[in-house]
Amino acid sequence: MRVNLRVNGRELTADDVWEGESLLYVLRERLGLPGSKNACEQGECGSCTVYLDDLPVCACLVAAGQAEGRDVVTVEGLANGGELGQVQRAFMAAGAVQCGFCTPGLIMQASDLLRATVGAGGPAPGDAEIREALAGNLCRCTGYEKILDAVRLAAAWTLDGAEPGREAEGRR
Amino acid sequence: MSQTDTAPRVADGAGAVGRVGESAGRPDARQKVTGEFAYSSDLWLDGMAWGATLRSPHPRAVIGNLDIGKALAVPGVHAVLTHDDVPGRRVYGLEIPDQPVLAWDQIRYQGEAVAIVAADHPETARRALDQIAVSYTVLDPVTDARAALADGAARVHSGGNLVRHVKIRRGDPRAVAEVEVSGEYQIGMQDQAFLGPESGLAVPAADGGVDLFVATQWLHVDRAQVAASLGLPEEMVRVTLAGVGGAFGAREDVSMQIHACLLALRTGRPVKMVYSREESFFGHVHRHPASLRYTHGATADGHLVYIRADVVLDGGAYASSSPAVVANAATLGAGPYEVPNVHIDCRAAYTNNPPCGAMRGFGAVQACFAYESQMDKLAARLGLDPVELRVRNAMREGSTVPTGQVVDSAAPVAELLKLVSARPLPPPALAGGDPDLRALPGGVSNTTHGEGVVRGIGYGVGIKNICFSEGFDDYSTARVRLSLIDGEPAADVHTAAAEVGQGLVTLQAQIARTELGVDLVRVVPADTSVGSSGSSSASRQSYMTGGAVRAACEELRTLLLKRARAAFPHHDDLALAGGELVSARDGVVAGLAALLGEPAEVTVTWRHRPTTALDPETGQGNAHVQFAFAAHRAIVDVDTELGLVKVVELACAQDVGRAMNPQAVEGQIHGGTAQGLGLALMEEIQVAGGKVRNPSFTDYLIPTILDMPPMQLDVLELADPHAPYGLRGVGEPPTLSSTPAIVAAIRAATGLALTRIPVRPEHITGTA
Repeated sequence: MRVNLRVNGRELTADDVWEGESLLYVLRERLGLPGSKNACEQGECGSCTVYLDDLPVCACLVAAGQAEGRDVVTVEGLANGGELGQVQRAFMAAGAVQCGFCTPGLIMQASDLLRATVGAGGPAPGDAEIREALAGNLCRCTGYEKILDAVRLAAAWTLDGAEPGREAEGRR
Repeated sequence: MSQTDTAPRVADGAGAVGRVGESAGRPDARQKVTGEFAYSSDLWLDGMAWGATLRSPHPRAVIGNLDIGKALAVPGVHAVLTHDDVPGRRVYGLEIPDQPVLAWDQIRYQGEAVAIVAADHPETARRALDQIAVSYTVLDPVTDARAALADGAARVHSGGNLVRHVKIRRGDPRAVAEVEVSGEYQIGMQDQAFLGPESGLAVPAADGGVDLFVATQWLHVDRAQVAASLGLPEEMVRVTLAGVGGAFGAREDVSMQIHACLLALRTGRPVKMVYSREESFFGHVHRHPASLRYTHGATADGHLVYIRADVVLDGGAYASSSPAVVANAATLGAGPYEVPNVHIDCRAAYTNNPPCGAMRGFGAVQACFAYESQMDKLAARLGLDPVELRVRNAMREGSTVPTGQVVDSAAPVAELLKLVSARPLPPPALAGGDPDLRALPGGVSNTTHGEGVVRGIGYGVGIKNICFSEGFDDYSTARVRLSLIDGEPAADVHTAAAEVGQGLVTLQAQIARTELGVDLVRVVPADTSVGSSGSSSASRQSYMTGGAVRAACEELRTLLLKRARAAFPHHDDLALAGGELVSARDGVVAGLAALLGEPAEVTVTWRHRPTTALDPETGQGNAHVQFAFAAHRAIVDVDTELGLVKVVELACAQDVGRAMNPQAVEGQIHGGTAQGLGLALMEEIQVAGGKVRNPSFTDYLIPTILDMPPMQLDVLELADPHAPYGLRGVGEPPTLSSTPAIVAAIRAATGLALTRIPVRPEHITGTA
């Protein structure tokens, strides 16, 4: 079958899709977007988290056909013209990346949390709130401490309206 | 270093910055946060086929007919291969090649590979697998490791069921003590559960060889095993490290490597293989389940007199790295304590359970749970504080371990225990007003508002060997090249060492920057065009490949200095410092660039100081290169009615010799601790009758962010004079001690004996 969908703002078409394929498979193997990861393909690990019409979902649990005509944002869509998003920069700064296989999913989920909190004019999420929001994303390397650091850092940057080092980087 | 002074330096767009001792950012971090980093499962080539594996549903069987005719006829199938199609050695293995590439005659575990398929789509390949007809005569599996070692047990292999027996004999085997405690401890089968599944891409080459891109821990042993089974000389098998989504020991053995290469050479196409999560549970070795019988004798004032232990590890169907795991469990089996009389027998058995091999902690984990449980039992018997008993017996620099080896660098066991025990306690969960459900056992499941919840505190400390032991020729190779890029000196660092997430790429660049005084450093992708760096295991790569890169940089400096003396003959007092050529009298003479009209390159093979084999009867010998220590304090809240455990806080103190990258060190301690928590509370491959009952992340649970508590760290930097930069391997020690600390805390809360891990709710409620 043929699937038409909008991915990261671009209208894309995938041909010869077998009906049993997931959105994850279509993104990774047919549309050249392997950033969403295939750690369990059972909806348990969150590594394949994408936004489907703005809602975070496990792309492995969405049949490709269900994505017909819909809007998908993947981790590849977070950087704006090469400029990394704040959560991406915070993951780098906090040392929240080791093997990195969980990172795309966690960044999608964390970005959604911050969009709904500090991004909507609210206060920074507390640790219990961050833990609840990220409870569906498995990480095997970090023990999660530096992932929490990264989310706290990104929230603080948003609230402060400033981020150390950004101005200097911008001038180069 | 304390935990607060590790503010990271943000990597800029040009890559990481930073030298040894700084929290340099990862050079691959940008690619990893944008999704551009190419993991082994992301590789893609035009015209490639997908490989898939048919696995035995039975743990023990004899294969009768094997008919691939129908599978070959499935449209889109390019090849179906069985054991008859293996042109070279039909078996493989890390230490003992005893595992069939594709099974013939005998099936020895559930999930054993029987046939492989290449097809145009993964689903086509899976459907073709369904069309392969195999007739099995099913036999009763051998499933109990102790029973497997008894006389008359059915044999898993024709040579018998004993993989290895290591004996440690020190002091008087008949020593007597005023107080004695005994216990038998059981450890379930833990999975490494890396997130990136086994995967890779094999590409047939014009010379009749193959190029393999794969996630692994040791490129050169993969190559040796692939080449042997393909019947090719090693130089015709070229292996390049693809992005690795975690390893933790599970990528030390080959999984799909030989299969993908066989299919690629047969079809003439690139072949990609990616295991599903379920297949991954069958596709790699696990941590050995163990049965450990310990007796500790002590004086009435709490000094250890003897330790006697009988340890059996379940090696499963094939040897993998069991021989080395046995040696670790035996030689480290008395723990980080001074004990005059030690008598340990440690054996690994073949069974028809899943094969077991390397996992972070490698034999030392199992022993640590047993000896630390014993120390708590002894403390209780003596009426001593568990920390005090440990401190009284703590090993220190100059101590002799049970193999007769003298500990010749820092061993701050007592200090580590004091650091974690001195930390302030977190407030009680039920302090004031309505409790936050999220802080209680069961969380938002709303299973308690505090009734039945009891707090407990427990401690654990462990000892781990770093690098390869027992006289193994352990080395790493590094090639470093200096050249000019746009007039600026730039270094290329090339090794075959596997970056598996731990941050070795960062470290290699930090060392090159530090030693050469250049800012531009590129770590070249790891492949087999350079000599072996050994495995990314045994917490050894900072030591070994770090040592090799430093040695290569030193040799490069010597070479450049020779050039400098030729170029500036009127200076007889030249030295290289901070990337400049300096004369003692006249100051800076030139930059490095002046010496790099021709690129300069050296390749160095670097070894740690030699170790010796263990005496086969007494287990005596200087078998280990370096010892490392970590201690934990765990605080738990236990819902005693439902058996639910909330770990409230974990404190860890560890000596790392030198924190080469403080942020990365912390990441290792956090992550290692988390895997220890998993073993304590939830992680077990449940095997019944030789069959795995929970091969999924739905049923095999690893800690989530809700399960991991906040952690408090103390990182000591007591330099080891024998090691590069004084560093001590970091990755494994925290995995040892967090498990016994957590279980001790549950015991403290409940008064239960809890001799088996993982501790399940029914063990706490008494309904098991």
